Amino acid sequence: MSIPETAPTAGRSRARANGWVKSVLRFLVVIVTTYLGLLAVTFFIGRVIPIDPVLAVLGDRAPAHVVERTRELMGFNKPLYEQFYIYVRDALTGNFGTSVLTTNPVMADIRRVFPATLELATLGTIIGSLIGVPLGVLAAVKRGSIADQIVRVVGLVGYSVPIFWLALLSLLFFYAKLRWVAYPGRIDIVYEYSFTPITGLYLLDSLWQGQWDVFRDVFRHIILPASLLGYFSLAYISRMTRSFMLNELGQEYIVAARAKGLSETRIIWGHALRNAAVPLVTVIALSYAGLLEGSVLTETVFAWPGLGLYITNSLQNADMNAVLGGTIVIGSVFIAINILSDLLYRTLDPRTRAR
Amino acid sequence: MMHSLNKHVRMLTAGAAMSLILMAGAPAFAETPADTLVEGWAIDDIISMDPGEAFELSTAEVTANTYSYLVRLDINDTSKVVGDLAESWTVSDDGLTYTFKLKPDTKFASGNPVTAEDVAYSIERVVKLDKSPAFILTQFGLTGDNVAEKAKATDASTFTFTVDKAYAPSFVLNCLTATVGAVVDKKLVLEHVAAVTPSAEYKYDNDFGNEWLKTGYAGSGAFKLREWRANEVVVMERNDNYYGEKTPLARVIYRHMKESSGQRLALEAGDIDVARNLEPGDFDAVSKNAELATTNAPKGTVYYFSLNQKNANLAKPEVAEAFKYLVDYDAIGSTLIKGIGEIHQTFLPKGVLGELPENPYKLDVAKAKELLAKAGLADGFSVTMDVRNTQPITGIAESIQQTLAQANIKMEIVPGDGKQTLTKYRARTHDIYIGQWGQDYFDPNSNAETFTVNPDNSDEGKNKTLAWRNAWDVPAEWTAESKAALLEKDATKRADMYKDLQKKVLEKSPFVVIFQQTEVAGVRGNVKGFKLGPSFDTNYVFTVSKD
Repeated sequence: MSIPETAPTAGRSRARANGWVKSVLRFLVVIVTTYLGLLAVTFFIGRVIPIDPVLAVLGDRAPAHVVERTRELMGFNKPLYEQFYIYVRDALTGNFGTSVLTTNPVMADIRRVFPATLELATLGTIIGSLIGVPLGVLAAVKRGSIADQIVRVVGLVGYSVPIFWLALLSLLFFYAKLRWVAYPGRIDIVYEYSFTPITGLYLLDSLWQGQWDVFRDVFRHIILPASLLGYFSLAYISRMTRSFMLNELGQEYIVAARAKGLSETRIIWGHALRNAAVPLVTVIALSYAGLLEGSVLTETVFAWPGLGLYITNSLQNADMNAVLGGTIVIGSVFIAINILSDLLYRTLDPRTRAR
Repeated sequence: MMHSLNKHVRMLTAGAAMSLILMAGAPAFAETPADTLVEGWAIDDIISMDPGEAFELSTAEVTANTYSYLVRLDINDTSKVVGDLAESWTVSDDGLTYTFKLKPDTKFASGNPVTAEDVAYSIERVVKLDKSPAFILTQFGLTGDNVAEKAKATDASTFTFTVDKAYAPSFVLNCLTATVGAVVDKKLVLEHVAAVTPSAEYKYDNDFGNEWLKTGYAGSGAFKLREWRANEVVVMERNDNYYGEKTPLARVIYRHMKESSGQRLALEAGDIDVARNLEPGDFDAVSKNAELATTNAPKGTVYYFSLNQKNANLAKPEVAEAFKYLVDYDAIGSTLIKGIGEIHQTFLPKGVLGELPENPYKLDVAKAKELLAKAGLADGFSVTMDVRNTQPITGIAESIQQTLAQANIKMEIVPGDGKQTLTKYRARTHDIYIGQWGQDYFDPNSNAETFTVNPDNSDEGKNKTLAWRNAWDVPAEWTAESKAALLEKDATKRADMYKDLQKKVLEKSPFVVIFQQTEVAGVRGNVKGFKLGPSFDTNYVFTVSKD
């Protein structure tokens, strides 16, 4: 099934180069407008919420004259357009300021909390895909059977049950009753001061340093929240896999493959899934990006010091520097994952490779 | 053919599931190290560890455990203070000068000796930085210009403190037990000061180490602060240079946990030794568990709701009185705040000089209706209440909503985040606000001032007490009485003055005080000597040990 290669001509390669320039330009425009939009929206939200941002800096009990002085110092008495200008200027120079909640530079905070979310989301997505895809395939192949029904119910439950409830219930069962998993946070306090993370991804770091007991402990902390997140992405992934597979299984090439006498395993896993994989990548990437935003409720219940918790806390406290920084990071993650899935799309789908 | 697929899928899913279960490992029984106390506690209120800046309840506890002060509250008799770094003190005959003699041979955790210079510097930086808690010291007439004279070291072990009026000595000493009285290591702080360009708002050329002390430590307490990571953890370690008895524990870790149910689970499993934010249901379960113990102490925080006098209906005195009869105190006490509070209707909390243990009001709809009729509001009226989204506040607001409805008052609950409702309250745009008031320092004046002083009731008023926030024009003679109590040297007479003020506020004010907070904690059975103190900055862990 190879596409016949014609000899490249000079005109064609110029056209292709032009195409590249165009797509790069288009890409840049998209990025710039996305970022400006992000900045405008965060700024706007930050100014319309009925919370006095000075309260975040000073806490609830500050006397009035201190509040006034701080408002002056923070520039909240300036006109709005001037505040927006300062805000954009600082963001463009990579200065996200200092978080008033933690007193650290926002970027330092995010470097600390993001790996926690990254590790959790990655493991969650791996679990979700490893289980979700086969389940979806099973449901499609045995359409209408008991197995299909079960997969659908599992998906429906994953979709509709509130995550904090399931989180608490699973804590009660796996942690309090069975003692299989550890809680709270990412690591036991016993290791907190003997283990020095390098990348901030504790699983990798402990493996790298050969600290098996730490690895085990970290794993026992992460597995329950990751499985929960995995379950939720599984619900989505298996449903989409099922419909993509049904679509592929109805195609003529499947009939052709069957006629050729290929084994059913080969047809399903080698042909149908291969083609269904193309849109599936986008689905998985989107659910991964969703998890990377930080699952606020899961992070709250598991006392997981991640990005979701950080941004929510900051937003509630009107700590706008931190909210801005967090939003930019999430925006960047979304853009990066979109590019990645685009690239994967091209590799997986030969039609998008050459025009 | 289907058969082979089945096998494939089954193997994949079963394999994935098995590996998950196996990797999670065999059941392990969690236990914290024997020399370490781990407390599960919501510590997201902490914004700075600098004793000159911090004014949050969680920070107060950490500061009290890691810094030494001149004097401390006597936790066995809170009407007295005891010396900490100070060996003895005298008050001059005119009542203006306090002379403190320091204990010999005390050291900071850094190894530097504690001298009167350090005490003077600690007070100087609080006054000059002028952060949230600075008023506790500046109310004695201290300013950036005169602090060098008013708080100074006369020799290495003698410190004198001069106030502007002949205040009751108990008032001055009580204020020095607040966290602004914590003594910092001058030599160490000076190594970390950052340069500042003087401006109209701040006229000094350095930050007195404020930036560094936000997360740093320069104290001489029983523990030293090792680390604070916002919303994660506070770690304290034994200070081997402490002048007093060394702590049995090597380390105390406060782990940020927001959820009451999560704290309970971790306490039951032994991953934490102490749970600090248990709600009534979880507290009840913990107290029934044989492996766990509970402890509690009344705290200096009262919960109240207040009527904005800018609202024409609420401004009628009969309406204010009617509201006091429209709260189901008994039901609230026996359910919503069971274990975490007790009904208390006067503004001074139990344990403070001048406390008045009188709870005259009961739910009495008939009486309230009578009062409303007198005010010409027999058919009721509509009003809103700003309610922060936390328990027990929400529950109490709902209970009040129901009892008000019995007297035809339609109250709409406006829910909001804490900062949101507070912003509205401070702008005086609420109808009814429900919330809590914690003492700023352990002295009756803290609450007396906020509930009874309002010298300028205009929107521009400078003294933004609770009375001002509710636009309540306090009778001038009450304000005068409150101020006079500050100068009353005789403790008994001073107490009587506060009792009198409380009676007046109880009868004729737009404040409906409902209950006083009881702080509770669930504790593992092997923890010995864990006790909650009478205030937020006396929850000491110096003497705690573990079997």
